[in-house]
Amino acid sequence: MFDYTFLLVLGSCIILSAASSMIGLVVVLQKESLVGDALAHAALPGVVIAFLLIGQKITLLLLLGAFISGIIAVILIYFIRKNVNLPFDGILAVILSSFFGFGMVLLTFSQKLPNAAQAGLKSFIFGQASAILLEDAYHILIVSTIVFSLFLLFWKEIKIYVFDPLFAQTLGFNNTVIQLLISSLMMVTIITQLQTVGIILTSSMLIAPGVAALQWTKDFKNAVMLAMVFGSVSATAGVIFSTIYANVPTGPAIIVVMSLFAIFSLIFGSRGTLQQHLKQKKFLISK
Amino acid sequence: MKDIVLKVEDLTVAYQNMPVLWDVDVSVPEGVLAAIIGPNGAGKSTLIKATLGLIKPLSGTVSFFGGPYKKNYQRIGYVPQKEAVNWDFPAIVLDVVTMGLYGKIGWFKRVRKSDRKSALAALKQIGMEEFAQRHISELSGGQQQRVFLARAIVQDADLYFMDEPFAGIDIKTEKVIIECLRAMRKRGKTVIVVHHDLNTVKEYFDYVLMVNKVLVASGPTETTFTPENIKIAFNSEMPLREEV
Repeated sequence: MFDYTFLLVLGSCIILSAASSMIGLVVVLQKESLVGDALAHAALPGVVIAFLLIGQKITLLLLLGAFISGIIAVILIYFIRKNVNLPFDGILAVILSSFFGFGMVLLTFSQKLPNAAQAGLKSFIFGQASAILLEDAYHILIVSTIVFSLFLLFWKEIKIYVFDPLFAQTLGFNNTVIQLLISSLMMVTIITQLQTVGIILTSSMLIAPGVAALQWTKDFKNAVMLAMVFGSVSATAGVIFSTIYANVPTGPAIIVVMSLFAIFSLIFGSRGTLQQHLKQKKFLISK
Repeated sequence: MKDIVLKVEDLTVAYQNMPVLWDVDVSVPEGVLAAIIGPNGAGKSTLIKATLGLIKPLSGTVSFFGGPYKKNYQRIGYVPQKEAVNWDFPAIVLDVVTMGLYGKIGWFKRVRKSDRKSALAALKQIGMEEFAQRHISELSGGQQQRVFLARAIVQDADLYFMDEPFAGIDIKTEKVIIECLRAMRKRGKTVIVVHHDLNTVKEYFDYVLMVNKVLVASGPTETTFTPENIKIAFNSEMPLREEV
């Protein structure tokens, strides 16, 4: 069971989950979870267009296409938010479905082409963690290292910006720079995840560990670390599970474990529903 | 004549097509406790935010201590409305107070032990040291306000802008906060506060800025906070008990 492929998949999934849990926690705290979902979906047309242009499946170029169409989506989202009087979730829904719809049209078109290489394109929708190659693992390692280091370097700035942006600005911090940093880290993480968990489940991988962590701690540092622990444990469990049962896909298995962590924490966490309820009851009785 | 610490000229602000502030010219001398008063939607918060560059005005210039904002921002403190932040953020009281020092610590550098010590001292000053380890979501409105004030104290600025520090708190906290503001004034600081309660203006503040889309009047409370000016600012019979 502990062969080369297994270790490669396991290592890649653990590192990637940890990185995405880190940045995902910030996204949860910013109440912008849906942005991650919209960006993941917006990547599809970019992937397919990149394939149609180059005619073969070179992963890095396909991901570059995903990155470009993601950037276009971000610009559109914030442009519409600034200039059109629409609720933010409405804007996200419009961008998400139009980009994804367009991507599906292109994908269906490309499937009819007499080019054998298009066969793998569909894997971007649901991901294919078990097919990770050594070059993918390197790519994951590089991206995750960048996310870790920049996050640690800008720790204090990210913290104050997410908690109190106006105050941060009066202290002389440049909010545009910090938001741009957070968005880019989220973007590269999402793009990297497309291969493993796919467009549809990417936002869960980003969000679920952060949601779970916030139910247990009142400290930013602990929340970040806990999210990373939940992320990597879920990745480990998911990979092992899908290795034992050959019919279980790896990406979705990881997501299922993450969701279980989130649900368990929401109910039983020290800051979760049940504890809050018990505290209220205790308070009423003591009164 | 005392030095002018804040000089606003020609300030006009609009949200989309709605003008919020028109052509405001005002200056504030050093060492006063100043209240910005006016009816709801008069542009009180907007005046502060536009002055600090947090929203972009259509026109106008602002100078602090006789120079531009960029040169003097480290001498300027800001206390936002407490609704402006996410109180569910995973942080304890001490963390939030320490944020007052982030500007001095600078980009990339870490928070040191001595920073936490200063933050704890500020909490002590305002009677909150026992809450240092408490999570911020477990605070009452008055306690949240006091945490913000402790963050302002530790920042050690010379000119403060506070957006409704007296909103939603009990009388006891109000007394603590006003004592703290008076202590700041005593040390030569200037504090500009968005204020709602007309009944306490004379008792608390020695300077007023009365706004209602335009600057109605500004100056020392005694000569400026007159029934005529209040009437103009609030555009109707004022709801003031003692003054009438």
